[in-house]
Amino acid sequence: MTRRCGDATYIAGMRPQDILLPTAAGLCCKPGGFHIDPVRPVERAVITHGHSDHARAGHGAVLATQETLDMMRLRYGENFAGSTQAIRYGEEIRLGDVRVRFHPAGHVLGSAQVAVTCQETCIVASGDYKDAADPTCARFELVPCDVFITEATFGLPVFRHGDAADEVKKLLASVALFPERAHLVGAYSLGKAQRVIALLRQAGYDAPIYLHGAMEKITHYYQSRGIALGELRPVKGVKKSALAGTITLAPPSATSDLWTRRFPDPVTAFASGWMRVRARARQRGVELPLVISDHADWDGLTSTIAATGAGEIWVTHGQEDALVHWCRSKGLKARPLDLVGYGDEEESETPIPDEAEA
Amino acid sequence: MNRFAELLDRLAYEPGRNNKLRLITGYFREVGDPDRGYALAALTGALSFKHAKPALIRDLIAARTDPVLFGLSYDYVGDLSETVALMWPRRDANNSESFPGYPSPQPSPTRGEGAQRSAALSVRTTAENCLASDGGKTLSVPSPLVGEGQGGGYRGRDGNDTLHPSNHNNPPAPTLTEVVTTLRTLGRTELPKQLERWLDELDETGRWALLKLVTGALRIGISARLAKTAAAALGDKDPHEVELIWPGLIPPYLDLFAWLEGRAEKPVNRDPAPFRPVMLAHAIEDTDFAALDPADYIAEWKWDGIRVQAVAGRDDRGRITARLYSRTGEDITGSFPDLVPSLHLPGAIDGELLILREGRVQSFNVLQQRLNRKVVSPKLIKEFPIHLRAYDLLGDDENDLRELPFAERRERLERFVGKLDDPRIDLSPTVPFTSWDALTAARADPASAGAGEDADAVEGVMLKRRDAPYLPGRPKGQWWKWKRDPHIIDAVLMYAQRGHGKRSSYYSDYTFGVWTEGDGGDELVPVGKAYFGFTDEELLQIDRFVRRNTTEKFGPVRHVVHEGDKGLVLEVAFEGLQRSPRHKSGVAMRFPRISRLRWDKPPREADRLETLEKMLKSEAAEIEM
Repeated sequence: MTRRCGDATYIAGMRPQDILLPTAAGLCCKPGGFHIDPVRPVERAVITHGHSDHARAGHGAVLATQETLDMMRLRYGENFAGSTQAIRYGEEIRLGDVRVRFHPAGHVLGSAQVAVTCQETCIVASGDYKDAADPTCARFELVPCDVFITEATFGLPVFRHGDAADEVKKLLASVALFPERAHLVGAYSLGKAQRVIALLRQAGYDAPIYLHGAMEKITHYYQSRGIALGELRPVKGVKKSALAGTITLAPPSATSDLWTRRFPDPVTAFASGWMRVRARARQRGVELPLVISDHADWDGLTSTIAATGAGEIWVTHGQEDALVHWCRSKGLKARPLDLVGYGDEEESETPIPDEAEA
Repeated sequence: MNRFAELLDRLAYEPGRNNKLRLITGYFREVGDPDRGYALAALTGALSFKHAKPALIRDLIAARTDPVLFGLSYDYVGDLSETVALMWPRRDANNSESFPGYPSPQPSPTRGEGAQRSAALSVRTTAENCLASDGGKTLSVPSPLVGEGQGGGYRGRDGNDTLHPSNHNNPPAPTLTEVVTTLRTLGRTELPKQLERWLDELDETGRWALLKLVTGALRIGISARLAKTAAAALGDKDPHEVELIWPGLIPPYLDLFAWLEGRAEKPVNRDPAPFRPVMLAHAIEDTDFAALDPADYIAEWKWDGIRVQAVAGRDDRGRITARLYSRTGEDITGSFPDLVPSLHLPGAIDGELLILREGRVQSFNVLQQRLNRKVVSPKLIKEFPIHLRAYDLLGDDENDLRELPFAERRERLERFVGKLDDPRIDLSPTVPFTSWDALTAARADPASAGAGEDADAVEGVMLKRRDAPYLPGRPKGQWWKWKRDPHIIDAVLMYAQRGHGKRSSYYSDYTFGVWTEGDGGDELVPVGKAYFGFTDEELLQIDRFVRRNTTEKFGPVRHVVHEGDKGLVLEVAFEGLQRSPRHKSGVAMRFPRISRLRWDKPPREADRLETLEKMLKSEAAEIEM
């Protein structure tokens, strides 16, 4: 993108859907010969970030940020793809007839928006993103474009996430009020957990933080990338009584399972944007809901859409109806993309097998 | 208001009683007068103002938001107050035709900075693009819903920075005291504007609590008793002491908190008809009898009704005030206005509330028809005539009798009931006995031991020491309850669900069924749900069984194997049966609990629905009369 692309001057014959098209395998760029975040194995994949619903194993060639490639390697092993190529934020690569450039998406470490420019038309596939500050990843960058492809995970005006620091204060207040109980914080193991830890440190909490076994690898990877998370300890093997007054991070599915019996009278917290809605929190048996999200909230989605200057909005996964309705009511062309297979990571973390030591 | 909202929010999620108490006491300690007093009033249901109707809330949100977005949101959230609280949009600066003296709200400090920071960042990193310093111009679609979201996005760059300073410039959020006192005096026509103003000033949780408060639907699982106990804990006092003086207190309870914090004398209860904390009985075990001498005890029937305290007293002008209290001290006079005229002599009776038809006590199922009614219609009063069966006298005119031995109080009670001479109030008879064997026989067959036609409403016997004073709480060795044996059936475990709180890692809620003739032969039909009665060890065993024998999962519910020769038989104890159209089986159990695990029994030998239907026949007819 070497030039201003806010003006939609389409070259005759080149419509946005000729550049990117939703297919069963994912968003397909024909002129570039690749798919973005394909859900089935493809020859060439461009991956926005490391969450398992976006980054799958088995592609021929993968283009992604170094962090995303590293995370895929951690999750799927060395041979997760035929070949890989790392790309930096701001770097531009020519693929077939299009130019591809990565920009920070602010979602998790290494997450990127992919700007695809063909002739004069620029489409930004933002993947998952958030416009709020996050000490564990680069801040979301606004990329002006003609077509903006947005997620809609929290695409209803009831989702307003507030300041994550306030939620962490809530957690610390609870730890102070119940010093004889253990606090178990359910958090997705890639991104959310590390953000919660970093926020705890920012709030001045300097005691060791305990980790469920499933979190260790990815968290240590974050540390290896220079993200300061303070003293972390595996919770495995720690005596029950020693866990009073401590904070442990665990995958959400573990916080309501047998595994919790090793904790003294645990307070179950869950860090997620879904916690904004009481029924969702109660359904999961959460006692301390923490509204901390890796996704943009309603205000974030709408203000970002507006600020891109895009005249056309494609909405991928989540609450498409509401967001499409909002775009249209603002005079923007908008349509749902009806891609399947996204938004699954949050709801189904790897289940912890019964009575397994994890 | 925001701090109170925070408390409500936390309480709504906290399952444990002790933890709830800690949260409430913590609030009382932290928050000063008079806010905490109004909080106590809100939690005990002692606030009185005209409630807002849901339609009003709908009108307010309709005036601010897109109806399609509201509809989608309401569908998703499922609760009107919560939906409105979450999506309530702030008035934006350009649209501030707001109320004089109430400038429209500004983003919070963090948000303001966030917006600026993100703006700076994007300006730097996208300078080569189109958005440099005049970025505002591309903002062709300003969000009408800029509010309190997390990111802040890109507002604030088009000159709004000056309008959105980074310090908090909102009118301060209202205090709980302001809200309560304003609502008391506010006229109906002023309510919408006032609510709107508050909604603008409060945060999400604050708005939620406000809407719950004004619609009169707090529903957070806190009893008045629990809130008073939390207040008592503030001053290390016995909750009974608070209960004693409570009827004379009014919000915001400055005198109560002053006493609890040791700054003043205990408030005096000037209520002419105060509640007295009740005395409770221990359940007696077979092994207890050996140490007890029958001669020390008086026995009465234990009635299957509702324990109440009926109090009458004279006010300053000599007029009689009468009140009916539940055993927790809740004033339930309003539900039983038909009993009030009968309480025409000053005194405090401890007794059982029953329904009597033609002199005969009806079962609990019948009494249940009069409970939790919002409106007590003349028809209801006529068809379910209320009755008080007295078994103790705590006060007689001005005299406090609680220090007297029970035998003496009983004599006074007999005289008092005689003086009342009212058909709605009678004496609970004593059961004569000389040995434990004789009492055992009476308990086994109340009809022939004096209970006569009322025997069906007897659920056991009470034993009271002749010399026992009336002590609050459950003092050891004074009163015993010896319940009739419960009904027992063998049922098959069908579904299991995770518990809450401490039990959230256990499958501790069980749906069980009995056999019935289905289209394709015998099948199990669910007849009830139980989540207690088992020991901790048994819970572990069932939990393990559930995990190893799950055939399907539906969210938190597991479908557990239940076939003729595979499955777990549970011995279920329960107090009574009722016909219920809401259950597939057509019956509902009262107080079901797991009494034993029958690992030894194959499921096909569990009970059949016909057994329950037989038990039902005698009881069901009574309700319809």
